[in-house]
Amino acid sequence: MTETPVMPLHMQRVGFDPVDGLARVRENGGVTRVVTPFGLPAWLVTRYEDVREVLSDPARFSNARRGFPLPDEVELQLSEEEIAQRRAGQLLAMDPPDHTRLRRMLTPEFTVRRIGRLAPRIEQIVEQHLDDLEREGPPADLVSRFALPIPSLVICELLGVPYAERAGFQRRTRRQLDFSVPIQERLALQRESREFMRGQVVRAKAAPGEDMLGMLVREHGDELTEDELIGIAGLLLVAGHETTSNMLGLGTLALLCHPEQLALVRDDPAAVEPAVEELLRWLSIVPSGIPRVTTTEVTLAGQTIPEGELVMAALVAADRDPALLDEPDRLDITRGGMGHVAFGHGLHHCLGAPLARMEMKTAFPALLRRFPQLALAVPYEEIGFRGHHFIHGLHSLPVTW
Amino acid sequence: MRVSADRDVCIGSGNCVLTAPAVFDQDDEEGLVVVLTSDVEGPVADVVRAAVARCPSGALRLIEGQEPPAGP
Ligand code: HEM
Ligand code: SF4
Repeated sequence: MTETPVMPLHMQRVGFDPVDGLARVRENGGVTRVVTPFGLPAWLVTRYEDVREVLSDPARFSNARRGFPLPDEVELQLSEEEIAQRRAGQLLAMDPPDHTRLRRMLTPEFTVRRIGRLAPRIEQIVEQHLDDLEREGPPADLVSRFALPIPSLVICELLGVPYAERAGFQRRTRRQLDFSVPIQERLALQRESREFMRGQVVRAKAAPGEDMLGMLVREHGDELTEDELIGIAGLLLVAGHETTSNMLGLGTLALLCHPEQLALVRDDPAAVEPAVEELLRWLSIVPSGIPRVTTTEVTLAGQTIPEGELVMAALVAADRDPALLDEPDRLDITRGGMGHVAFGHGLHHCLGAPLARMEMKTAFPALLRRFPQLALAVPYEEIGFRGHHFIHGLHSLPVTW
Repeated sequence: MRVSADRDVCIGSGNCVLTAPAVFDQDDEEGLVVVLTSDVEGPVADVVRAAVARCPSGALRLIEGQEPPAGP
């Protein structure tokens, strides 16, 4: 059985774009009431400056107060132990100083220099996938053959999870984050994912390898509980493949819809980095981070919000705010800069941003150079955008060349 | 103009390193920001201003110092 929940305003899209109603809120009050996909009432914050304010002040807008908020009737069914397990190691459900402690263990692994060292391997992985596509010939689904496998393989190698397990974790991730899947099934999938990761952590503890799990065990093994290790690794695996893959799929479609810009990315190496930033901004595939909870009465855009309320920062609205740049609804890869909030803002700003940037700046031009005639294999109207997902993306992208 | 960084606040996003690699780096041990040259003038100053604006954690600070005397 599949539910079709009504998505909150900022999670509704028409193709690439947020709906007009979201812009109206940003222009009028700036803040509005919504119901989260879990059925909880929340405040939606839409302006660039307000979004940055919410995300940069954990003292007033807490991640830890509710963790990943579930409806009361669901939360009541969970044991204390399970609630604790769901939170352990989850950077996104923490405030300082707990958050700082865990994040500091991971930052050295994601520096620009460390990720730079992965460039040759990422290039190789991209080329292998392009070789396979070329050998088998058109048409092909770019999501299942390119956008999803590349970041999946990269994060598996980095973390130390066997790539052979991909079918299982890709399916679990996709359904766990799909709000049209009944909540009980999603909770069951979360448990399955945790058990899978427990197996990986136990293996890493017995024989820590040169990968990130091995590093965590070797260097921080005595400071981290098994549940924390499972939580950290689980978050990295999910965030590491589900996000970049949707950027690669949607980003390719966006370029196919803007042929002159596609040609620039293909032919001018200097155009690639700004293009990646502009695609991040324009697509803002993560419409909002996880909800924050007010720890005190606050005022945002003139609206008073009482203590203990959920606040959602609409990254997708902030990234289309005319206060950030002119003509925000237009995709223009020549102006790309890093002022956007597609990776979030504040202390929870995406840990994997340097990796995601490296994957995108390698994959987009390589794809377009290998297949200069790349084109949709079906009419645009037949492309399936995901409608009820925590992360915006495509079901599939049939292409030819 | 001077730029300073608070490593207690930095979250190691690397935005500043990607924006102004001549001015910012991250150390290998902690992955946190290191300011390579804190006195910045001329065109570099504009890039550094952009880097400061793009820092997600608010770890970077600008201290607008005395500009050198204007040219002839
Ligand atoms: C283009 C791809 C990506 C996008 C758009 C993206 C977006 C985001 C956003 C918006 C947040 C903040 C959420 C919030 O504040 O509630 C975040 C956090 C995070 N991301 Fe990403 N992400 C991407 C890729 C990755 C990759 C490749 C990894 C891992 C290798 C990763 C790991 C994380 C982690 C661990 C956090 C939590 C950080 C913390 O709480 O301190 N992300 N990401
Ligand atoms: S941009 Fe800010 S948070 Fe990121 S590395 Fe530089 S100083 Fe640290």
